[in-house]
Amino acid sequence: MLEVIEARFGWPKQPDFLAIDALHIGTGERVFLRGGSGSGKSTLLGLVAGIHRARAIRFDVLGSNLLEMSAGQRDDFRGANLGIVFQQFNLVPCLDVLGNVLLPLTFSRTLRRATGGIAEARERARALLLRLGIDSNAHARSPSELSVGQQQRIAVARALLGRPRLLLCDEPTSALDAGSREAFIEVLLAETEALGTAMLFVSHDPALASHFHRALDIESFRIDAAASA
Amino acid sequence: MNLGTLALKSLWSRRIGVALTLAGITLSVALILGVDRIRVEAREHFLRTVSGTDLIVGARTSPVQVLLYSVFRMGDPTGNINWKTFQQISSHPKVRFAIPVSLGDSHRGYRVLGTTDAYFQHLGYGDGQKLRFQSGRGFEGVLDTVLGSEVAAILGYQVEDKIIIAHGTRDDGLARHDDMPFTVTGVLAPTGTPVDRTVHVSLAGIEAIHVGWETGVHRPGAGVANVDPEGLAPREPKTITAFFLGLNNRMDVFLLQRAINAFPGEPLTAILPGVALQSLWDMFGTAEAGLVVVTVLTLITGVLGMLAGILATLNERRREIAVFRAVGARPRDIFVLLVAESTLLAFTGALFGLLLLTLVAAGLGEFAMARYGLAPSAGLPSVREWGLLGGIVLAGSVAGLIPAWRAYRQSLHDGLSTGS
Repeated sequence: MLEVIEARFGWPKQPDFLAIDALHIGTGERVFLRGGSGSGKSTLLGLVAGIHRARAIRFDVLGSNLLEMSAGQRDDFRGANLGIVFQQFNLVPCLDVLGNVLLPLTFSRTLRRATGGIAEARERARALLLRLGIDSNAHARSPSELSVGQQQRIAVARALLGRPRLLLCDEPTSALDAGSREAFIEVLLAETEALGTAMLFVSHDPALASHFHRALDIESFRIDAAASA
Repeated sequence: MNLGTLALKSLWSRRIGVALTLAGITLSVALILGVDRIRVEAREHFLRTVSGTDLIVGARTSPVQVLLYSVFRMGDPTGNINWKTFQQISSHPKVRFAIPVSLGDSHRGYRVLGTTDAYFQHLGYGDGQKLRFQSGRGFEGVLDTVLGSEVAAILGYQVEDKIIIAHGTRDDGLARHDDMPFTVTGVLAPTGTPVDRTVHVSLAGIEAIHVGWETGVHRPGAGVANVDPEGLAPREPKTITAFFLGLNNRMDVFLLQRAINAFPGEPLTAILPGVALQSLWDMFGTAEAGLVVVTVLTLITGVLGMLAGILATLNERRREIAVFRAVGARPRDIFVLLVAESTLLAFTGALFGLLLLTLVAAGLGEFAMARYGLAPSAGLPSVREWGLLGGIVLAGSVAGLIPAWRAYRQSLHDGLSTGS
């Protein structure tokens, strides 16, 4: 699913701050990545998603070498093959619930083909939403009318619409209360399990690590600024 | 859902802010088109102040001077023309009609013009329209007067009312022909030309009221009633100020112009009204350029307003853009989305602006025409205006490149960061 060897990344005109000697995620594997605020977790997800490009010996995602792809190819690749769930503000306010789930089809031609067209994708989106506990009455509503927990489940439905083989989650539970968090994790794990989707789940909450096959710490990928100086 | 639909939905979700931006563009477009339409129509209207007349003849002076006093009743003529000269030229076989005019007197700030019934029969304006009576009729008696529409409306005169004419242009009560009031026999329909601001009397009437005024002031006891045993019998004028000529064949106009300019009896100037009007308009070129500047500044203001509206929302849309990027949007998709929004805004604003101008012109056009003699027409846009509208939409699209580029740069930098 993910094979990274000796990757480094820093913002333009600034020293590198991430150095990944090796990172491997297997098929269907669920990996928990722990890290505090501002530690570079989102940047690491951006690298895996192909939004930013690292310097590396190897950076394969789902068997494709991101280092050889142009920015546009990486965007297409991401839209067609990856699912991403944010901490919050996951949904586009101008679209209704169903529109939000179908949003990836607007940008990815590959995904449109893979889902068998709009009508089929719509049916799949409705079924996904129902499975995630969003009943059909809510499908035409605005996301702002729903609770944060419901919004996160809609975000999961959108991320899983294209049956991605790798799901990237950026602190998706941090805005949820304890009860909603557990329910959300259960639904998320059940759906990814059913699809055989691997997951890189980033959070600052170590209590969630037990739900995953393996836990990593972002600090192990950070370059100590003092040391590098 | 394509990018256009997404842009529409995004605009709709911000409808209050978008409505304000759209209102700004709409007003700007209406103003741009309105100012431009008034500018073009003012020019055309001005150049058609007189139509159907081939030559205007006055005493020897500059063509613009002849035009100013004979057509616009402005300034004073440099000299008069002998009546016999008028008779001689007007009887030329190439002449179809001749309208003598005599200026000098006034009534409550409006110039008095002595003429004959030929004035009402032949004088044209605009696209060849003839003068039309709103009420009443032309001259029948020597002391009859026909009022321009503005004179009647502003001074509140109706047919059968009596008016007193003042000697010269100063109606200060000291030099009034108050022993010989004129009777209003007709009121002309509005023309939007200086005719509306003219008090027309017969040439015979002008002659009659000036008996005893040969020195410029009234000699007591020397009125027409005392010197004319037949009372108000029509009197032939000795001189007139100018005359308008219509020819049987317009091809003869230069021939006759040359002949009149070389008239042996007295020095005359014959002008082609269209050419002289164009020369006079060209003198006001600065004013026209000023209107063009107003148009351009209005366009810039409208576009800047739209730009400010889009830029103001850009920061709060960073999260939305991050979501688009997460689901596969390329930076160029974000760019296209923002340009599509500004184009849509500019296009809708252009249509609404055109609609607003049409409604205002249809609703207030008649009032403006009656009040100011000028109003934007409510008709379909001209080719030039379609071009202007296209330019406005293009300017909106080009202006949209700025927020689009900003969003593009932000999306590259933010990546999956939602700015939360």
